[in-house]
Amino acid sequence: MADTIAAISTAIGEAGIGIVRMSGKESLNIGSKVFKGNKIENLKDGRNRELLYGHIIDKSKDQIIDEVLIVYMKGPYTYTREDMVEIYCHGGIISVKKVLELLLNEGAKLAEPGEFTKRAFLNGRLDLSQAEAVIDIIRSKTDKSFQVSLDQLEGSLSKSIKEIRNILLEMIAHVEVSIDFPDEDIEEVAYEDLENSGRIVMEKIEALLNTAERGKILRYGLNTVILGKPNVGKSSLLNAILRENRAIVTDIPGTTRDIIEEYVNIDGIPLKIIDTAGIRDTEDLVEKIGVDRAKETVEKADLVIVVFDVSRELSEEDYHIIELIQDKKAIILLNKTDLPNKYDEKFLKELVRDKEIITTSMTTGLGIDILEKSIKNMFYSGEVEIFSDTVVTNIRHKNQLEKAYKNIADGLTAIKSYVPLDCIEVDLKNCWENLGEISGDTVGEDILDKIFSEFCIGK
Amino acid sequence: MMKEVKHYLAGEYDVIVIGAGHAGCEAALASSRMGMNTLILTMSLDSIVALSCNPNIGGTGKGHLVREIDALGGEMALNIDKSFIQSRMLNTSKGPAVHSLRVQADKKKYHIEMKKVLEDEPNLTLRQGEVIDIFLDNGCVKGVLTRTGAIYNCKAVVIATGTYLKGRVYIGEVDYESGPDGMFPSILLSNSLEKMGFNLRRFKTGTPARVHKDSIDYSKMEIQPGDEEVIPFSFLNMEKKFDVKQVPCYLTYTTPKMHEIIRENLHRSPMYAGDIEGVGPRYCPSIEDKIVRFSDKEQHQIFIEPEGLTTKEMYVQGASSTLPEEIQLEMYKNIIGLENVQFMRSAYAIEYDSIDPTILKRTLEHKELNNLFFAGQVNGSSGYEEAAAQGIIAGINAALNIKGEESFILDRSEAYIGVLIDDLVTKGTNEPYRMMTSRAEYRLTLRQDNADLRLTEKGYKLGLVKKERYEKTLNKKEAIERELKRLKTVQITPTKENNDFLEGLNSTPLKTPSSLHDLIRRPELNYEILKELDKDREDLPREIRLQVETQIKYEGYIKKQMAQIEQFKKLENKKLEEDQDYNEIKGLSNEAKQKLNAIKPDSVGQASRISGVSPSDINVLLIYLEQKRREVGVKKDE
Repeated sequence: MADTIAAISTAIGEAGIGIVRMSGKESLNIGSKVFKGNKIENLKDGRNRELLYGHIIDKSKDQIIDEVLIVYMKGPYTYTREDMVEIYCHGGIISVKKVLELLLNEGAKLAEPGEFTKRAFLNGRLDLSQAEAVIDIIRSKTDKSFQVSLDQLEGSLSKSIKEIRNILLEMIAHVEVSIDFPDEDIEEVAYEDLENSGRIVMEKIEALLNTAERGKILRYGLNTVILGKPNVGKSSLLNAILRENRAIVTDIPGTTRDIIEEYVNIDGIPLKIIDTAGIRDTEDLVEKIGVDRAKETVEKADLVIVVFDVSRELSEEDYHIIELIQDKKAIILLNKTDLPNKYDEKFLKELVRDKEIITTSMTTGLGIDILEKSIKNMFYSGEVEIFSDTVVTNIRHKNQLEKAYKNIADGLTAIKSYVPLDCIEVDLKNCWENLGEISGDTVGEDILDKIFSEFCIGK
Repeated sequence: MMKEVKHYLAGEYDVIVIGAGHAGCEAALASSRMGMNTLILTMSLDSIVALSCNPNIGGTGKGHLVREIDALGGEMALNIDKSFIQSRMLNTSKGPAVHSLRVQADKKKYHIEMKKVLEDEPNLTLRQGEVIDIFLDNGCVKGVLTRTGAIYNCKAVVIATGTYLKGRVYIGEVDYESGPDGMFPSILLSNSLEKMGFNLRRFKTGTPARVHKDSIDYSKMEIQPGDEEVIPFSFLNMEKKFDVKQVPCYLTYTTPKMHEIIRENLHRSPMYAGDIEGVGPRYCPSIEDKIVRFSDKEQHQIFIEPEGLTTKEMYVQGASSTLPEEIQLEMYKNIIGLENVQFMRSAYAIEYDSIDPTILKRTLEHKELNNLFFAGQVNGSSGYEEAAAQGIIAGINAALNIKGEESFILDRSEAYIGVLIDDLVTKGTNEPYRMMTSRAEYRLTLRQDNADLRLTEKGYKLGLVKKERYEKTLNKKEAIERELKRLKTVQITPTKENNDFLEGLNSTPLKTPSSLHDLIRRPELNYEILKELDKDREDLPREIRLQVETQIKYEGYIKKQMAQIEQFKKLENKKLEEDQDYNEIKGLSNEAKQKLNAIKPDSVGQASRISGVSPSDINVLLIYLEQKRREVGVKKDE
């Protein structure tokens, strides 16, 4: 177990504290690279199991990431029986994510699903009777994360990855064919061509990474559903939120679904809003997709925003919606307050019980700020949380993209200095494999198939 | 009515090798040199290591195999060093990992030299005879029967029958039972294997015509001479001077007219008519295939290669065909320079039985039938070198089994031989398998120039390499280390003289002192060029200079690969039991259970390369192993 692994070990967005932990030989080294303490400056100068106060600092940018407590625990008396470091950051997604990313940059490896538990078992920490439970945990975590990973890959990201891998495959096949079939009547691979293709690959990966920075492929967020019967102002609400906040995703289409997702960022809190825009002209969510689907959508939601039109009386559909959200975190908007009031507020309050109610008017913009504040409160108080696997998957993707970027950058440097082909191929293939891990494509015989289908070789 | 053949006991041996081709000879030599009383049976003593197809040894990937066989104490390299008539190092412009030695062989000489070696080997008996049955006792090999009624008892058998099993030759509409190149086929042994329950499958391969040397117009062709400096295959011959008078090859091309003839007669090819069911190798297409699949190519390369010094037969590389003889002749006449060609042997395709290699362990022993080994083309590989590589491994393990010693397996990070065998037994193959450097994950460390450094020690421990040779390799290793160390300590200072020298080579002048080691890493410089700045440099042998240069220049990449190998080794060292029932392991997917039960991998590493076994299945296996280890109460190995 030479690798030192790192992961976020608390549910994301929950409570005031988020824990990032590391396990492995390099834990102390990596920990001391990113930590600057107040009293005891270097983590290495602290005692075993001593809780130190200080800051996590990105030394390459000279930037403070978070104010933290940190502890180094020397093996074997730890959960994994390896050296471990635990970092207690501020809760919420931003902090833990940045800390984790920093650890990965410093040489830690992102833990596989269930890997801490696996190590604990393999190192003799867990009881034999727990073996089966361990298998179950790892199995289910792996399968779940794989599913999440695939779910997130629909659409344009997977298409871009495939595109880049194809360019790389062309390059690799050409390099391999000139290596393995030197006598054949095939044009020698030209370094200029490799450089051109390599540059395209690098630019494309860079573009993906940029969008990753901005959150375009980091498709996580509070799963938020806007619910309401037709013409209550759902689309106006969405537009108002989008207008005021930075819309993250506009160019990733919702693929085949009849529901479109929009991503916004409210003061650092990512929101994935299930948008009914696609169906807003005709029907409402419940009617269009049927009660079952609506139920499913609501069930998956971390937060539901229900919109009522106070200029109309409560109808059958409204009651239906209220039923759906009984057990959900929800915010009730009483919209169109600029028009004459026609509904029974008291009665409604009784129906929705403890849920927060905000009066709004999309025409005047009234209440939007209160809604946003309310969402923020719920998030920071831990009332709502983001499904953490999604975030991890995204960190994993980004991590792979970064590795791929580094490999193609190395490859380009090598190409430019006319390093021999067999070395260049190492960089190209690594890059190709990094990307393959995102899209779930395995190596297999691809390269040989490509060679034999494209080049006339053989004696 | 057939008369009954009376059987008689003809002898007792430790190991019997069936077939004296490239696999068979290496197997027999390895086993006899490891002290086993060995019998090698061949259908014809005149076909020992017959080069039935192309007259070369080596090439990309294959040359690596030859060097590895040599380092382990095999014979192929020594034999070709005695009988080559042209030598070339390929890929010299492409980096040291893929430099590949390829030579032209004098086929007859190659055969004669190997026959001599077999005849002179103390523990080895060479005998002509066709094996038609294999005797088993309780799942263990105990002897063989020849067609003439001889029974030979033994403890282990290596089957190395090449393309002989139910061989069938195709030339246009003509087809008949035959071994390669006019030899007899082996029909009865194939039947016996089927009776034993083997699932045999059909593979095919082909060879071009041989033509008369004097019927060729060389003036229309491009001459291809050998390298001026001959580098031998065997590490034992590195200091030897070779005064071989090299014979050239010639490069020529097909013509549109030839393509037209082929297209017009495609329907007469048994491949296209569907008469051949066997699968052929993609890298060895017939000329018909090339013209159909790459129809926009106006010409294809054809190489004319001598078959030896004592024959006028010339090999027409690139023109293998299954078309009828009359068409073959007509199309060959439309190759530039072959207008008046005279055929000596026709091109043909041969179809033969082979086994599915996934029934074998990585020792090449059958998973269920003890001491029954398979090596070479019968396993679905192709090529002389691939065969020889399997032969030596099968021979070694047959001997180790009998001695009751631990088996010998090379893994993918140690040798091309490891890659070859692991691919065959783990993934199987759908076409005759050829070694290619791109199949090796750790290509930069598995170079042909360092095969001795990688494997001589292993060969020595097996008893195949003599002490003297082993010590020589150790000395070489030491000399390399010494020189690497020295280069790190020699500082070049930024004097005007030094900087003028560097600038003369288009290299950036120094501002601070730099070690020679670091200077060598600059792309525009190398070990030889820097000699001028290195006043105290000892005159080292070429072999050592080459290692030093390579290890410094590619240090970064080699380090990366070493790190990957370390990871790889971890799973490779987690051993799995041969008789493991994977249905018993909870948590494995059904597909994984099925595949693991079929392949029975020897390590978690091998398991991870089986298609259908996922990363979470691997995790389950690791947990299971730990669980079992603790149950047994064995002390922790870490």
